[in-house]
Amino acid sequence: MTTVPSTASGIASAVSSGSVSARSVVDAHLERIATRDGDIHAFNLVTADEARAHADAIDADIAAGRPVGPLAGVPIALKDNLCTHGIDTTCSSKILEGWKPPYDATVVSRLRAAGAISVGKTNLDEFAMGSSTENSAFGPTKNPLDLSRVPGGSSGGSAAAVAAGFAPVSLGSDTGGSIRQPAALCGVVGVKPTYGMVSRYGLVAYASSLDQIGPFATTVSDAALITEVIAGHDPMDSTSIPQPAPSLVGAVTQGVAGMRIGRVTDLPGGAEPEVMERLNAAFDALAAAGATIVDITLPSLSYALTAYYLIAPAEASSNLARFDGVRYGLRVNAADTNAMYGATRAAGFGDEVKRRIMLGTYALSAGYYDAYYGKALKVRRIIAQDFDAAYKNVDAIVIPTSPLVAFKAGDKVDDPMAMYLCDIYTIPTNLAGHPAMSVPFGTGAHNLPVGMQVLAPALGEVAMFRVGGALEAAGGAQ
Amino acid sequence: MSDSTLSSIVATEDQLLPGGWEMIVGLEVHVELATRTKLFSGSPNRFGDEPNVNIDPVTLGLPGALPVLNKQAVELAMRIGLALNCRIQKCIFHRKNYFYPDQPKAYQISQYDLPLNADGFLALPSGTVVGIERAHLEEDTGKSTHVGGSTGRIHGSDYSLMDFNRAGVPLVEIVSRPDIRTSEQAKEYVAELRAILEAIGASDAKMEEGSMRCDANVSVHKIGTPFGTRCEIKNVNSIRALGRAIDYEARRQIDVLDSGGTIRQETRHWDDAEGRTHTLRTKEDADDYRYFPEPDLVTLDPSAEWIESVRQSLPPLPAARRAMLQELTGYDPQSEAVIVAVERGQHEYVKAIAEAGGDPVKALIYVTQAFAEAGAQPAVPPADIAALTILERDNKLSATQAKTVLAEIVANGGGDAVAIAAAKGFEAMDTTAVEAMVDEAIAADPDAWAKYCAGEEKAAGAIVGRVMKASKGKADGKIVSAIMQSRRGL
Repeated sequence: MTTVPSTASGIASAVSSGSVSARSVVDAHLERIATRDGDIHAFNLVTADEARAHADAIDADIAAGRPVGPLAGVPIALKDNLCTHGIDTTCSSKILEGWKPPYDATVVSRLRAAGAISVGKTNLDEFAMGSSTENSAFGPTKNPLDLSRVPGGSSGGSAAAVAAGFAPVSLGSDTGGSIRQPAALCGVVGVKPTYGMVSRYGLVAYASSLDQIGPFATTVSDAALITEVIAGHDPMDSTSIPQPAPSLVGAVTQGVAGMRIGRVTDLPGGAEPEVMERLNAAFDALAAAGATIVDITLPSLSYALTAYYLIAPAEASSNLARFDGVRYGLRVNAADTNAMYGATRAAGFGDEVKRRIMLGTYALSAGYYDAYYGKALKVRRIIAQDFDAAYKNVDAIVIPTSPLVAFKAGDKVDDPMAMYLCDIYTIPTNLAGHPAMSVPFGTGAHNLPVGMQVLAPALGEVAMFRVGGALEAAGGAQ
Repeated sequence: MSDSTLSSIVATEDQLLPGGWEMIVGLEVHVELATRTKLFSGSPNRFGDEPNVNIDPVTLGLPGALPVLNKQAVELAMRIGLALNCRIQKCIFHRKNYFYPDQPKAYQISQYDLPLNADGFLALPSGTVVGIERAHLEEDTGKSTHVGGSTGRIHGSDYSLMDFNRAGVPLVEIVSRPDIRTSEQAKEYVAELRAILEAIGASDAKMEEGSMRCDANVSVHKIGTPFGTRCEIKNVNSIRALGRAIDYEARRQIDVLDSGGTIRQETRHWDDAEGRTHTLRTKEDADDYRYFPEPDLVTLDPSAEWIESVRQSLPPLPAARRAMLQELTGYDPQSEAVIVAVERGQHEYVKAIAEAGGDPVKALIYVTQAFAEAGAQPAVPPADIAALTILERDNKLSATQAKTVLAEIVANGGGDAVAIAAAKGFEAMDTTAVEAMVDEAIAADPDAWAKYCAGEEKAAGAIVGRVMKASKGKADGKIVSAIMQSRRGL
C-alpha cells in the first residue's frame, strides 16, 4: 500500500496522478480520527459516510479521465461555524444544536469544487468567543501535543485536527486571533487573510467587521494553496474585495532578500521570556536570509484589546439576536413571546456568550454609544493609521502570535481578563483589517511550540507568505 | 419634531382650530418599492402569494447569510429623492435592533444619520410647500397574524403565524418636516405624493394593500408659543382615515390642554371603526434601538453620472402633467377634472384624443367621467373618442346622447361614433331645424314666451317642453336654451 502524503499539495498530486486513491486518503484520515479523537475532541461531527462517498466520486472522475480540482482528494476539517448544506452546524452552542443549514458557505462550495473532501465539523469556543476552546457547549478540545493543555481558540478544533493529523488542512475563522493563536499553541501554520479577501457568506457571524476565514496547515505552502482556493470576490458578500484570488504559493519560496521587516520596539509586554527569545531568533534568521530589520513603533497597539472588547461584543450582541427561538434552533416555550425569548436564550447560550452580549448591548445603548462604541471606532482608526505609517518603512512586521505557549486546561476559564490577554498580539490586525499569519518557530516553555506572527498591510499576502516561507525554511532552529 | 425651529410655517386665520389652536403635523410615509426582488436578496418582491414562498437564507436571517444591496431599489429611491427635490448623498446603512417575531434578524437594516435623500420639498397643488427632511431606504418586516385573543395583537393571542414574504421588501421612508397645518393639507400631501410615486414608477402606492403606509405626528399649540408635545398616530390605512385621525387627535390634545392636562409623548393607534386613537406605547417604554453602522454593507456613494442618468429618466411629474392639461383645455390645474385625470394617469390619453383631432375639453370630461376605474388606461383608440367629441361639439349629438354612445364605445373597446349614434336613432339634428321648432313653440304658447321675456326663467320650461315633444327628445336642451336666449335678446 502506498503511503499517504502528509501535505495537501502532496495528496492532491498523488490523487490526481492516480498513484493514491482519494478513498484511501480519506480512509487513512478517518482511521486516525477514530483512533485518537475520543481523547482530543477536535470534532463535533465526523462526516465519514459523506467523505467516503465524495472520495469515491473523485476516484471515479480520475478513472474516467475527467478533470479534477487542485485539491483533489485532500481531506479538510471545517470549523463548525461554517454552514454546510444539510449537515449540522452548531457553533458549539446548544442554541443551534441540530440545525442543518439549507446552503453551503462560499468557502465550502469553493473547496468542494476544488476537490477537497470535508471530513467533519470541528469544535470551537461557542460562537467563536474564546481563546481556549473550553467555551464549547459540547466539551473542550485538548491540545494533541499535551492533552492536559488547551489547543487555543476559538478555532481550537481545526488547529488540533491538523496538529493531530486528522486532516492535512482545515478552516477556521479569526475575529481577534482565533486562527493564529490556536495555530501557535498547536504548532501549525494559521492564516488570517486581509478582511474581504475571503467571502464571509455562510460563516455564522460573531463580529462582522472583524471576522475572516482562513486555513490551518502543516506547511506554509499548503496554507497558501488553501488561501488561493478560498479567496477571491464573492457577490454574496458585500464586503468581499472585488478582485480575483492572488497567486500565493510561489511567494512561499521566493525568499526575503531585500525585504524590510519591522521590529516593534514598543510592543506591549507580558510575553513569556522564551517567546521573546524566539522572536529575536526569528529576526536573526530573516536578517541572515537577506532581509533588513527596521525598528518601528506602534504606539496605539496597547489600546487594541480595549477597543476590540467594545466593537466585537457590540456587533455580536446584534448578530446573535436572531437566535430567538422563532425560526430555527432551540426553543424553550414560555407564557408569552418575550418570556420565550428569555428562556430560550438563557438555556441556549453559555456564560461567555452571555457576557459578550451584555457587554455589547451596554456599549451600544443610548447615552453610552459615544463613550464606548464611538470611542472604540476612533481607536480602531488610529491603530490603522499607526500601521499605515509603519508600512511606509517596512514590507512586513514580525511579532509573537501569543504571549504564552499552550496553557493548562482550566487555568483561565474563571478569569476572563487573563483569557482576553491571550489575543493581545493578534487583535490589532483584525482591527486594521490586515492579513497576518502564524508560523511555528521552535519551542518555548515546556518544550511547547511558539508561533511567530507575520503581519502585512492590506492585500499584502504575497509579502506575508514570503516572510512566512522564510521563517519556515529557517526551521525554527533553536 | 416638537422643535419649532423645524418649521416656520404659520397657519392662516381660517386654518386655525377653534380657540386659536394651531395644529402642527408632520408625516412619515413608508412606500414599498416596485422592484423585482427584495432589498438585500434575490427573492421576488411580490404581493399576494402563498405565505412563505418568497424566502431565502437572507430573508429568514439564517446564520451566515449576508445582505447584498439591490441596485434597482437604490435607483427607485433616487427617483423618489429627485422627484421630491432632495439632495442625493453618500450614505450608509445602520442596524435598528429590536426583538419581534416578524423581524427575522432581530434588527432592521435601515438608514439613520446619513440617509440617501435629504432636504427636499413637495409643492402641493394648492400652493402649500411641505419640506421633506429625508427619504431613506430600509427593509420591510414580515407579516404577523395573531390568532386567538380579543385584540388581534400579540399580547393575549393563542399563537401567531408568520409570513416572511414581505420581510426584506424594499421600503423608502419619506419624512416630511412639520409643515402641515390642516388635515386637508395632510390629505393633499399624501394624494400628491401617491401621484408622484405612481408617475415615476417607484411604487404602486396602494394604502389598502399596505404598499403605502402613513404615520402622522400631531401636536397643537397657540401661535407665538413653542410647539406642543407630539403624538405619533399609527394604523392609518386610507387618505380619508388620515384626515379623520389627525382631526380627532388634534381635538383630543386640545381637550386635554384646555382642561389643564398635559400631553405625553406617545405612539397612538388609530381605530377607524371607533373613530378614535388609543395609547399604544409611551416614550418611557419605547425600545432603545441601539443603532450602529451595518458592518455587512459598504458605503453607498452614487456617482454624479448615475444621479444624472436617473434624473434624465424621470417622466414629467404630476404638476407638469396638470400644467399640460391646463394648456390643452384651459382648465385650472387645481380643477377636479385635471387633478383626477393626472392622479389616474389619464393625461396622456386626453392628449392623444386631442391630437387625434378631438375637442380637448370634451376629451378631458369624457375620460374622467367615463373611465372611472382609478389608473385604468382605456383600451379605446383615441381617434374613436376624438370623433365623438366632435359630434357633440358640433351639436350633432346632445350631451346625453354622447354619453350613451361613449358608454357603448368603452364597453366594446372602440367603435365608430357616427354609426353607433345612427343605430341608436340619434339622428343628427341641425340647428336650423331646432330653431324652427323653437319658433313654432313660441307661436303655440305666447303667454309663456311673454313671461319668459319678462325675466320669469321658469316659464322657459313650457317652451322647451314643446320643442322636446316636437323633436321626440332629440333636440339638445342646451341648444334650445341658447336659441331661446338669442330670440329673447332680439
